[in-house]
Amino acid sequence: MIQPAPSTSNPLLRLWRNQESRGVIIQILTMVVLFAFMAAIARNVVINLEAVGKEFSFGFLLWPAAYDIGFSPFLEYTNQSTHLRAAVVGLLNTLLVAFWGCILATMLGFILGIMRLSSNWLVSKISYVYVEFLRNVPILIHILAIYSIVVTLLPPAKKAINVGADAFFLSNRGFYVPSPVFEDGATFVGIVILISITLVFFFKRWAHRTQDETGKIYPVLWISIAILIALPGIAFLATGAPLSWDIPVLKGFNFKGGMAIKPEFLALWLGLSMYTACFIAEIVRAGIVAVSHGQSEAAFALGLRPNRTLQLIIIPQALRVIVPPLCSQYLNLTKNSSLAIAIGYMDITATLGGISLMQTGKEMETMLIVMGVYLLISLLISAFMNWFNHRIKLTER
Amino acid sequence: MRQKTTAVLSAAALVLGMAGTAQAGTLEDVQSRGVLRCVVSTGIAGFAQPDASGVWGGFDIDFCRATAAAVLGDAGKIEAVTSTGKTRFTKLNAGEGDVLWRNTTITFSRDVGVKLRFHGVNYYDGQGFMVKKSLGVSSASELDGASVCIQTGTTTELNLADYFSSNGMKYEPVTIETNDEARQNYEGDRCDVYTTDASGLASTRSALPDPDAHMVLPEIISKEPLGPATRHGDDQWSDIVTWVLNATITAEELGVTSSNVDEMKGSNNPEVRRLLGVDGSQGSELGLSNDWAYQIIKQVGNYGEIFERNIGVNTPLGIARGLNALWTDGGLIYSPPFR
Repeated sequence: MIQPAPSTSNPLLRLWRNQESRGVIIQILTMVVLFAFMAAIARNVVINLEAVGKEFSFGFLLWPAAYDIGFSPFLEYTNQSTHLRAAVVGLLNTLLVAFWGCILATMLGFILGIMRLSSNWLVSKISYVYVEFLRNVPILIHILAIYSIVVTLLPPAKKAINVGADAFFLSNRGFYVPSPVFEDGATFVGIVILISITLVFFFKRWAHRTQDETGKIYPVLWISIAILIALPGIAFLATGAPLSWDIPVLKGFNFKGGMAIKPEFLALWLGLSMYTACFIAEIVRAGIVAVSHGQSEAAFALGLRPNRTLQLIIIPQALRVIVPPLCSQYLNLTKNSSLAIAIGYMDITATLGGISLMQTGKEMETMLIVMGVYLLISLLISAFMNWFNHRIKLTER
Repeated sequence: MRQKTTAVLSAAALVLGMAGTAQAGTLEDVQSRGVLRCVVSTGIAGFAQPDASGVWGGFDIDFCRATAAAVLGDAGKIEAVTSTGKTRFTKLNAGEGDVLWRNTTITFSRDVGVKLRFHGVNYYDGQGFMVKKSLGVSSASELDGASVCIQTGTTTELNLADYFSSNGMKYEPVTIETNDEARQNYEGDRCDVYTTDASGLASTRSALPDPDAHMVLPEIISKEPLGPATRHGDDQWSDIVTWVLNATITAEELGVTSSNVDEMKGSNNPEVRRLLGVDGSQGSELGLSNDWAYQIIKQVGNYGEIFERNIGVNTPLGIARGLNALWTDGGLIYSPPFR
């Protein structure tokens, strides 16, 4: 309701007394103050950098980095590569741990959340104790603790535990596993795998439509698994098994060959996932509790079996409550991955925001880039989760 | 991440204008504050480490105390601003500390790129390797394929990369933030080798449970002249730090020690008389009281005393003077004359 302005001769005063225009004026003033504040900061930076004689430029990104990075699974990197490449290696490492972290945290979180609702006293209390213990201790402590455990409990490389088949070794230098070596014909198998996935996709759509039209239900899961195993399996045998394994062997100080999951990655990954899983567990519990009991009773009354009820009635409705807060947990996990530096996992904070910063003295530039990168990753995750949220939202018919 | 937070805070200080203190007037700031803030390490035995009651001591700390004795007349008026290899320059440049005494190697890029002012060398060091004797390695050239623990943000990181690639060897760098974490990793066999300056290796080795099970390899792969640093833009303050260091060296050369400094005031040697402020006005030219160097030597001691007390052969570190002997004894420690 807009109040009629009391009549006054001063037009400015009249504008101020009008609720609507006053709102606009206040907004304009706030913006002016905000921009002035930002401009003052920017000016201060320029003046102060000039005072210490530092030029603001990003040219250093093309200088040779001159330091080595211990963990670069995706990119070829030597100490002659540029700071830019070091930054990209760091970024990929950040994305790697964030990606696997989100997946493990979600799996653990769902299991814990459902355990928490179990009618079995022990199961529910185990989940309760886990959640309360982990979420009430800072995540940095978890990461450092896991890292110390891995480094001090596991044997050194020369006394590595032979986990199996003389091909899997566990030591405090990492968990060594054979790496696949693709030979001629592997591409064909790869194509067949892609084709099978496409087939499964279309089959699922067809089955869904058939069910909508006729009510006939196919065992979609089993048929999909059969397609995914059988087709690539046949192709693999037909091309003469074009795959061999590079097996890790202890040579000199360390294992050579194979792939290794490094203790730094392991500690960070487990620390982030286990910690974030607590919050996800609470979110999942809240989501399931939020679905009214009447919904499942109605489903039972219609004759749906319990697992069908969970799958078709409870989970779709619970997801609508779960997904938005889940998104912020993914963001938290990704940003917390910058704690990597505490244990020497070379993420972007450790490479560009750490060593490159130190070696070039470009604090402002490197920090701006690191901030920009985290902002971008977070926005992309948000965009994806918004899209997913939109997809699963209530469709009113 | 305490260290990281401080780095960000320091960057924020740069943003919000505290870097204004990077201008002239450090001496006035220190004197009006009544306390000298030294940027030091988070703890390296013998060089900078708090004792059981929290009082800082060590080689670098003694030079910090010497600076305080010269500037404030009281060696006790210091505050240790701890920093990791990564945060030290940001802390200095953002004005959190007045002077840096922190095992810092003088290099071109730090002098020119990071915009620091260096004031001479208080310790000639070089990068070495420490291994467990049980490894059966006797030379750094046998380290192909080893895992190497290094502290991040140091020159050692770059020397290591250069050394291994120029010798055609491979290694796995295990990058760690502080000396203590590196030691934990080395002890836990996460890495075969720990590399840092030879002085740091001696310090780390002395703190291991069984020092005799470890050895420092003979190779020294770099030049590491360690010295104090200040910010650009304050010539008077730079001069003070330079001549505090020189005063300790000259005192040793002239035989002035903390125990005989009072008698030496009556010496006939004109350089001793100038140094101790009996003749001339060198103190007031620096903006200090005329007995500034007397206070340093009386309260802290000369270079040799500082060395022997903290890291010398009779300490757990057991470092011989070597390159750090006076030039008259075949070492490199040399001060321009007080004239």
